[in-house]
Amino acid sequence: MEYTILIVLLPMLTFIVLGLLGMKLKACTSGLIGTLSMAVTTVISYATAWIYFTGARVDGVYQKWVPFNIEWLRFTDTLHIDLGVLLDPISAMMLIVITTVSLMVHIYSLGYMKGERGFERYYAFLSLFSCSMLGLVLATNIFQMYIFWELVGVSSYLLIGFYYTKPEAIAASKKAFIVTRFADLGFLIGILLLSFFTQTFDFGVLTSGDRSIFTQAAGTTFMGCSVLAWATALIFVGGAGKSAMFPLHIWLPDAMEGPTPVSALIHAATMVVAGVYLVARLFPVYYFETPEVLHGVAYLGAFTSLFAAVIACVQTDIKRVLAFSTISQIGFMMVALGVSGYGGHNGTGYMAGMFHLFTHAMFKALLFLGAGAIIHAVHSNEMSHMGGLRKQLPITHITFLIACLAIAGIPPFSGFFSKDEILAATFSFAPAMGWIMSFIAGLTAFYMFRLYYNIFWGTPAEHEHEPHEAPASMTTPLIILAAVTCVAGFIPFGKFVSSDGADYIIHLEASVAITSVVIALIGIAVATVFYRKKSSIPDRLEQTFNGLHNAAKHRFYIDEVYLFITKRIIFNGISRSIAWFDRHVIDGAMNGLAFVTNKMSFAIRGLQSGQIQQYLLVFLAGLLLITLLVLVC
Amino acid sequence: MNFLSLFVLIPVLMTCAMFLLKDIRRIRAVMVTGASLLLVLAVTLTVMFLGQRSAGNDAEMLFTADVLWFAPLNIHYSVGVDGISVAMLLLSSIIVFTGVFASWKMSPLPREFFAWYSLLSIGVFGFFISTDLFTMFLFYEVALIPMYLLIGVWGTGRKEYSAMKLTLMLMGGSALLLVGILGIYFHSAPEGGQLSMNILEISKNTIPMNAQYLFFPLTFVGFGVLGAMFPFHTWSPDGHASAPTAVSMLHAGVLMKLGGYGCFRVAIYLMPEAANELSWIFLILTGISVVYGAFSAIKQTDLKYINAYSSVSHCGLVLFAILMLNQTAMTGAVLQMLSHGLMTALFFALIGMIYGRTHTRDIREMGGLMKIMPFLSVCFVIAGLASLGLPGLSGFVAEMTVFVGSFEHTDTFHRVFTIIACSSIVITAVYILRMVGKVFYGAVQNKDHLALTDAVWFERLSVIVLIVAIAGLGMAPLWVSDMIHESLAPIIEQLIK
Repeated sequence: MEYTILIVLLPMLTFIVLGLLGMKLKACTSGLIGTLSMAVTTVISYATAWIYFTGARVDGVYQKWVPFNIEWLRFTDTLHIDLGVLLDPISAMMLIVITTVSLMVHIYSLGYMKGERGFERYYAFLSLFSCSMLGLVLATNIFQMYIFWELVGVSSYLLIGFYYTKPEAIAASKKAFIVTRFADLGFLIGILLLSFFTQTFDFGVLTSGDRSIFTQAAGTTFMGCSVLAWATALIFVGGAGKSAMFPLHIWLPDAMEGPTPVSALIHAATMVVAGVYLVARLFPVYYFETPEVLHGVAYLGAFTSLFAAVIACVQTDIKRVLAFSTISQIGFMMVALGVSGYGGHNGTGYMAGMFHLFTHAMFKALLFLGAGAIIHAVHSNEMSHMGGLRKQLPITHITFLIACLAIAGIPPFSGFFSKDEILAATFSFAPAMGWIMSFIAGLTAFYMFRLYYNIFWGTPAEHEHEPHEAPASMTTPLIILAAVTCVAGFIPFGKFVSSDGADYIIHLEASVAITSVVIALIGIAVATVFYRKKSSIPDRLEQTFNGLHNAAKHRFYIDEVYLFITKRIIFNGISRSIAWFDRHVIDGAMNGLAFVTNKMSFAIRGLQSGQIQQYLLVFLAGLLLITLLVLVC
Repeated sequence: MNFLSLFVLIPVLMTCAMFLLKDIRRIRAVMVTGASLLLVLAVTLTVMFLGQRSAGNDAEMLFTADVLWFAPLNIHYSVGVDGISVAMLLLSSIIVFTGVFASWKMSPLPREFFAWYSLLSIGVFGFFISTDLFTMFLFYEVALIPMYLLIGVWGTGRKEYSAMKLTLMLMGGSALLLVGILGIYFHSAPEGGQLSMNILEISKNTIPMNAQYLFFPLTFVGFGVLGAMFPFHTWSPDGHASAPTAVSMLHAGVLMKLGGYGCFRVAIYLMPEAANELSWIFLILTGISVVYGAFSAIKQTDLKYINAYSSVSHCGLVLFAILMLNQTAMTGAVLQMLSHGLMTALFFALIGMIYGRTHTRDIREMGGLMKIMPFLSVCFVIAGLASLGLPGLSGFVAEMTVFVGSFEHTDTFHRVFTIIACSSIVITAVYILRMVGKVFYGAVQNKDHLALTDAVWFERLSVIVLIVAIAGLGMAPLWVSDMIHESLAPIIEQLIK
C-alpha cells in the first residue's frame, strides 16, 4: 500500500510542474494537466478507500493502517515529525470527499476560468491546495497535520488573492491568512503543550486509549484548569480558526472575493471543515480526558450556528449568504461532535457530524458551483441583479433547487439524513439545545429559499446580455453533484464511520424526523410567501425590527471590533509607539552617547595647548597637591 | 597544508588579484572563480565531514591543524570544524557566491569594491574555522573593518552617518569582547599552569566562578551586539538601509551569525556555569528583541528598514534559543542562523534589484509590480513566505525546533517567554503580507514603472541559488539538523556538568 503516498505526491508534482513551466505552456494545456492529474489522484483515492473499507475490519472494528511513514525531522529521541499516510475510517472518507469535490472544481474551472489571465497559476494553486488538504487528512501525527494545515492556509491565501489587482481581494486574502494564523498560534502552543507532556506527536499513540500518557498533563494545573484542558482547548482554537467559529469567523465571508470555484472547494467543502476533522481525529482525547472542553465545543458550535444563520437571512450578496450558511452548517457539525459520546448508540453524534460533513461538502459545493454559473451569466453577485432566472438557466435551476432542499433537510435528499442524526444526538444530550438546533434548521430552510426565490423567481432584472446556460464543462459537475446529493442520504454511513470503529446501524427516530421536516417546511413556506412574488411583508418586518435587521446586515459589527483592535490598538497604538521608541529613545541614547563623547573631547581639547609653560604649571600644581596629600595623611 | 586553510587562502588570493587586475571582465572572472571554488570547497567539506562522522570518527573537531604563532601569549593559528562550523561555512560560501552575482554591475570603482568584499570574506571564513580565541578575534576584526568602507563609499542615503554608527557600535562590542577574551585567557588554567587561547583546551578546565560572572556578560554582550540584541540593535536598520546590496546580504546573512556562533562557541561553551546562572537576564532581552523587532517592522515604510527590523526579530530568536541551553533549542538556533542567513540575503538581493529599477524603496510609492516584473515578485513572495515560516521552506524547520526545544523548560518564566516568542509568527505574517500586498499586488502606482524590465541572467542566478538552498533546507532538514544536533553534545555536557 506504499503507493498511497502518491495521493499527496501527485498533486504536489503537478504544482511544481505548473509552477515552473506554467508560463511556457498554453493555458488549456496546463488546465488539462491539472485536471488529469487530479483525476488520477481521485482514482487512487477511491481505490484506497475501497481497499480500506473492505479489508481493514478485524473483529468488526476498523483498524488504523499506516502504509507509509518516514522520519522527517527529529527534535529529541522521542519527539520527531514523521511524514506518512494514516488510513482510518474518517481519513478514507475525507479522501473521497476531497478528491470528488476537487475533481469537480477542476473540471468546472476549465469553463469558468476560461480566458482569465493567470489560468496556469490558478491550476498550480489548485494542485497545491489539493496536495496540502490530502496531506492534512492523511497525517499520521499532529505535527504533520500542522505542517499541511499551514500549507492549506497559504494556498487559501494565494487563491483568495488570485485577482491580485483587486484591492478587496488583497485585503481579504490578508485577513484570511492573519486571522487563521492567529488561531494557528493557539494550535501550535496546544501541540507543544500536549507533546511535551505526552512525549509523542503520533495520533496512533494519542488515541490508542492508553490514558496513562495523559496523567502528568492532567495532574498539572495552570490558572485553575489542568494543562491538558488548556492544551486541547488551544488545539481547538486552531480548528475554530480554520472552521470559522465565532469570533474567528470574520475571514470567511470576505474570502468570497476569490474565484467562485475556489470558494466551492476551499471555503465550503474541504478546508473549512478541517477544524471539525481535527476534533474528530482527537475525539478520544477530547471525550475521555477533557469532556469539559468538548462541551465547550458544542456550545460554541451552537452559538456560531445561530449567529451565522441570523446574518444569512439578511445578506444580499449570494456568495455571502452561502458563506454564512457554511459557517452555520459547520456549527452543526461541531455541535454533533460536542454532544457525542463514545461507542455504540452514544456515539451517534460523532457519526452524524462526519455524515453531515460528507453530505454538506457535496451539496454546498453544488450550491457554490451553481452560484458560479449564475454569476457567470449575470456578471453580478447581488440578488437585486437577479430574478426569474429559472427559464434561462434550467440545469442550474434544478440542481440548485436540489441542493436547497438538501440543506433545508427535506427527505429524501442527503442533508435530511445527516441533520436528523445530529438533531437526535442533540436532543438526547440536552432537549433545550435540541430545540435551538431545530430552530436553526428552520432558519436555514428560510434563508436558503429566500436565496432561491430571489434568484430564480420574482421579477427579472435588466441585463446587458441575455443570461444563458453555462457550458457543458460547468453543468456536468453540477449534475454529478446533484446526483450524489440525491442518493448520499441512503449510504449506510454508520457501517463505515463510527466513534469506535464498530458497526453502527442508523435508525431514524420518527419524532425527531417529523419535527425537523415540519420545521423545515414552515421555513420554506414563510420564504415562499415572502419572496416568491413581490410582497411587502419583508419590508414591513424590516421596519419593525429595524435595529436587529441593521445589526445583522452589518454582521453584528464584529468586523468593526476587529478593525478597531488591529488598526487602532495594534497598528497605531503598539506598533507605532514601539517604532517611535526605537528611533527616539534607544537610538537617541546611542546618538546621545556619541554626542556627549564629541562634546567632551571638545571640552578637554583646550588642555592640549602645546604651551610648555602651561604644562609645567599644571605639573607643578599637581606635584604640590600630591605632596600635600602625602604629608596630611 | 591543511585543507581548511584554503577557506582563508582563496579569498586572500582574490584580494591580491584585485590589485593586479584592471579590466572589469577579468575582475568578474576572478571573483566568480574564487566564489565558486569556495562553494565547491564548502560542499566537499560537508560531504567529507559527514563521511568521517559516519565512519565513526567522533572527535570533537575534525580536520584540525595547529601552528604556533606568537609564543609569549601562547597564540596559535589553530583550525578545526564541527557540524556547526560546517553549516556556517556552507552558508557563508553560498552568500559570498550569490553576493558576487548580485553586485555584477557594481559601480563606481568595482575593483576596489571587490577587493574589500574579498577581504571581508577572509574574516568571515577565518572566524568559522578558528579554534583559537585570539585568531578568532583577529578574523572577527578583519570582517568588521571593510564594512565601514563598503558602506561609506558604495552606500546610499545617509551613508557616512550609518557607516560610522555601525562601525562604532560594533567596535564597542568588540572592545567588550577583547576584555572578555583576555579574561578567559588569564583564567584558562589553574594557578601555575600553562595559559591557553585554544578553545578545546580551555573547555577542559573550569574557569573560576567569580571570573565567569564578570566575563560571561562581557563576551555575551560583545557578540550580542553583532547579533542585534536589544537594546544594541540600532546599528542594524541604519546600516542595512545604507549598505549596497551585496554588503547587506553578507552582513545580515553571515556577519550577524558570527554573533550567534560566538555566543555559544565562546561564551556558553567556556563559561557554562555562568551561562546557567545568568541566562535569564539575556533571555528577557532577546525575548524582547523577538517581538519588538517584529512590531517595529509593521510600522516601517522603507523595504530595507522592514527587513532590518525583521532581522532583529529573527536574530533575536537565535540568541533566545541559545539561551534555552538545551540541545534541541540550540539545534534550532543554528538552523535559524542558516535559515535567516539565506532568507535575509534573498530579501536584500531582491530589494537591491527592485531599488535598482524603481529608485525608491518606499512601499507607498510602489504597487502592482507583480505584473511588471513577475520573476522578481514571485521570488519576493517566496522569500516572504519563508520568513513567515511556511512549511517546506527553511524558516519553519528552524522555528519549530526552537519552540519545541524551548518548551522543555517547565517553569513559568521560560513558558511565558516561549509563548511570547511564538506569538512572533503572527506578527511576522502581518508585516510580510502588508509589504507584499502593497508592493506587488494592486494597481500600478507609478506609471513610469510600467517601462521597467524583469531580472537579467546574473540576478536570476543569484536569486535561484538562494531559493534552492532555502527550499532544500526546508524540505529535507534531517541531515543538517542531525549534524548540528550531535555537534552540540560537548556544549551540552559542559552545561550539565
